[in-house]
Amino acid sequence: MLELKNVYKTFNANTINEKRALNGLNLKLEEGDFVTVIGGNGAGKSTMMNAISGVWPLDDGKVLIDGQDVTKLADYKRAAYLGRVFQDPMMGTAADMEIEENLAIAYRRGKRRGLGWGIRAKEREEYRELLKALDLGLENRLRSKVGLLSGGQRQALTLLMATLKKPKVLLLDEHTAALDPKTAAKVLEISDRIIAENHLTTLMVTHNMKDAIVHGNRLIMMNNGEIILDIRGEEKQKLTVDDLLHQFSVVSGSEFANDRALLS
Amino acid sequence: MRIMDLVNALPGSVAQGLIWGIMAIGVYITYKLLDYADLTVDGSIGTGGAVAVVMMLGGAHPYVALLCATLAGALAGLVTGLFHTAFGIPPILSGILSQLGLYSVNMRIMGASNRAINVNQYDLILSLRDIPHAILVSVLFVAATIAVLYWFFGTEVGRGIRATGNNANMSRAQGINTNIMIVIGLTLSNALVGLAGGLYAQYQGSADVNMGRGAIVIGLAAVIIGAVLFGKLFQNFALRMLSVVFGAVLYYVVIAVVLWLGLETTDLKLISALIVALFLAIPYLRGRWTIRRIRRGA
Repeated sequence: MLELKNVYKTFNANTINEKRALNGLNLKLEEGDFVTVIGGNGAGKSTMMNAISGVWPLDDGKVLIDGQDVTKLADYKRAAYLGRVFQDPMMGTAADMEIEENLAIAYRRGKRRGLGWGIRAKEREEYRELLKALDLGLENRLRSKVGLLSGGQRQALTLLMATLKKPKVLLLDEHTAALDPKTAAKVLEISDRIIAENHLTTLMVTHNMKDAIVHGNRLIMMNNGEIILDIRGEEKQKLTVDDLLHQFSVVSGSEFANDRALLS
Repeated sequence: MRIMDLVNALPGSVAQGLIWGIMAIGVYITYKLLDYADLTVDGSIGTGGAVAVVMMLGGAHPYVALLCATLAGALAGLVTGLFHTAFGIPPILSGILSQLGLYSVNMRIMGASNRAINVNQYDLILSLRDIPHAILVSVLFVAATIAVLYWFFGTEVGRGIRATGNNANMSRAQGINTNIMIVIGLTLSNALVGLAGGLYAQYQGSADVNMGRGAIVIGLAAVIIGAVLFGKLFQNFALRMLSVVFGAVLYYVVIAVVLWLGLETTDLKLISALIVALFLAIPYLRGRWTIRRIRRGA
């Protein structure tokens, strides 16, 4: 469903701040795969997400979505195939627009936008049902400005927007990292439900090792712009956080020097 | 300083404010909706005026001339939009470049720095000779402008423009071509500015190459005065645009008062700058004052 072939990306090339963020990255996701991604700071997790989204051109390599080469496609065109949720709850929604307007914009992802009215009456019913399923009390606030919502509510809404038109790949880039633990758990629960219900191919970056183990059917660990560990199926279910820390030091030859990952 | 002098001057201020209110709605589209400080305005309002006057002197029907003034403004906005999106020039600079270039364009259109059009010889849509009529006509134009824009910004494209100004990142993730939205927004905005220029040139009976100097500041003044005074009351989008027009009218009333107090017309640029600075400062200072009060209370 998603394939990264030999992807290279270097930031600030030929300067003192040169950073090779992706170093010949290869990854292939089958349809319905729910892959969790872990790795230290600067491992290339977010860079990989941005490479898939097409935020900037690659130095080398290819990105294929459902067999189609999208390497040269601008981010807004690739959006037709991708659902994205970001770490910052402010990033995924338009604060000065109403909940239903945000949803209506997401509803038209991948379609030509014309001079037809921006929201149709029958969409509203659908939105109301979907919001009700979130169980956050948003179903009666369709006309509220998104800026009035809490971070957790905004993330849940962004999740809904990312999946309103079924994406070929759902990209969750540390989408619960900015939330308090209780809200994070709730948003993760909603993510699990939506992914399962729609049978979505998903890539989820997280700093929380336990979440990475519990969720999804496959786990990859990144270091220095490469995948250094790829565990799936039964083997993944038996993993513990200690295993992962041990694996990390074995494979990378260094300690997992990241407080956030250790503490969680 | 007889009070009647001021009272007599006020209807003219209202008419002027209404016409410039249309331009201010254009500024509202770029400054507030697109989050793009577009300085093209200073040039494109003159372009609108120049095109309208020259075409009417050439025998064109006033409404045809006005339509062409609108299109000329739109073209100016399109150029600014392409400067920014196709050539990567920062927003403010792309506006400044257009504005500067338009000075020469406006001179070319008029063939002189000033072209007059006599209300007795030409069938003008509105003129300061008949202010009640001018007010009526401008009210109709304002109403039509607000109605069309209310519709447009409710469409898929219109909402795409608002989303682009609000959160470009989210817009692109949702498949919106933000560059096209910026270009459409700038084109539409300057079309309104061109329309206002065409109306204003008819109102005052001439187009002048300097008529747009400082127009952006007047537009901003209208937007900001409208937001500060009516922001709480007017939440609906149509009413927001109306508050911008009210802002423009109030601006010209203030100018009338200032002139009545004995200042020269050449002092007006300074007054304009101070008015904008004042109204920009009010929300900021109000916010700081509230914080201080909360701290003290705690």
